[in-house]
Amino acid sequence: MQRQLIEVIVGLFVIAGVVALLFLSLKVSNLNSAIVTDPYQVSARFDNIGSLKVRAPVSMAGVKIGRVKEIKLDSDSYQAQVVMEISGEYTKLPVDSSASINTQGLLGEQFVSLEPGGQQKFLINGDRLRLTQSAVVLENLIGQLLFSNSQGAKE
Amino acid sequence: MISLLRSTGALSLSVFAATGRACILLIQMLFTLPLAIRRYELLLEQLYRVGVLTLPIIIVAALFVGMVLALQGYNTLVDFGAESSLGLLVALSLTRELGPVLAGLLFAGRAGAALTAEIGLMKATEQLAGMEMMAVDPLWRVLLPRFLAGVISVPLLAVLFTAVGILGGYLLGVDVLGVDQGVFWSAMQQGVDFHQDVMNGLLKSLVFGVLISLIAVFMGYDASPTPAGVSTATTLTVVLSSLVVLAMDFSLTSMMFQ
Repeated sequence: MQRQLIEVIVGLFVIAGVVALLFLSLKVSNLNSAIVTDPYQVSARFDNIGSLKVRAPVSMAGVKIGRVKEIKLDSDSYQAQVVMEISGEYTKLPVDSSASINTQGLLGEQFVSLEPGGQQKFLINGDRLRLTQSAVVLENLIGQLLFSNSQGAKE
Repeated sequence: MISLLRSTGALSLSVFAATGRACILLIQMLFTLPLAIRRYELLLEQLYRVGVLTLPIIIVAALFVGMVLALQGYNTLVDFGAESSLGLLVALSLTRELGPVLAGLLFAGRAGAALTAEIGLMKATEQLAGMEMMAVDPLWRVLLPRFLAGVISVPLLAVLFTAVGILGGYLLGVDVLGVDQGVFWSAMQQGVDFHQDVMNGLLKSLVFGVLISLIAVFMGYDASPTPAGVSTATTLTVVLSSLVVLAMDFSLTSMMFQ
């Protein structure tokens, strides 16, 4: 009897630990949103990706449709090569869609935003997006603003 | 001058010797693993005494830590209008650092000290020697179940600490301070990465579990068999395992989160 009770209590303890881990994985962390179902890969080259990171969201019209899988420097063009994984749910993206890097809020995380094009051909696995727009680097903007202001003051 | 050098040298030598004996003890214990698995009810009993009985202090402490994090975080974040990040702040601090570290410290105080005192007293009253006389190796009969129970318990306790702490932060942040419930959870899910944060926290707590349990068991087994020896060993267990947890936490953090 005593031993059975101990076994039951220890079992409860272990199960409580596993439930807590499940809670951490499903409710607290991004485990379930990290899985992109049945993905296909699309790449794009950017002049400057700012602070875009691997696993950043890819969205179209504000809806998340995939994730950034890999970022590397293309040594021929000296551009950043960004490989994106797009969910298999969204197969009908026009081939002339354009990609730009935007920021959530003023100083938030950066993400890739896709703008649909007009063609009737759709993107397939391994395609490359031709039209890209680099990240807006806030420091450069401020620099330009200061520069134009000082020039305006001279005139 | 010479005596100062000599005492420093003697101290470092004894520290090295104790570390070596602890490693030998660990290897010897692991060799008796098959025997201990056959008598798994010994492990169950220790899991109950070491793990389950530590649960109340873990849960109460986690609740308070989560609530205090939410309160302090809210007071700071609200100045920047960033109280929507409260959930993220609470969850990241708990999964990465506070969960494993505080669970380890509480475990060292609550269970590690008890393990040392128990084993030390068994040695002082010659129960361990008596077992050896009966051809029962105290390594697998006494030491290994306690060591394994600690190694299994600490990660479970750390995960529970983290989960309860986040719930405590939620309780205070959403119900008392009025942060929006949906924002609280979604900011958390955006920022907390399963592999990077949750799994690394779990790995940390596993390392802490091995270290604390080894220190506790070794200190008891290595204690000089006198009342003063047992009391010194118990103190050393708490002091050393706390220091080791904190130092190890720093080195693990600097390796994991670059």
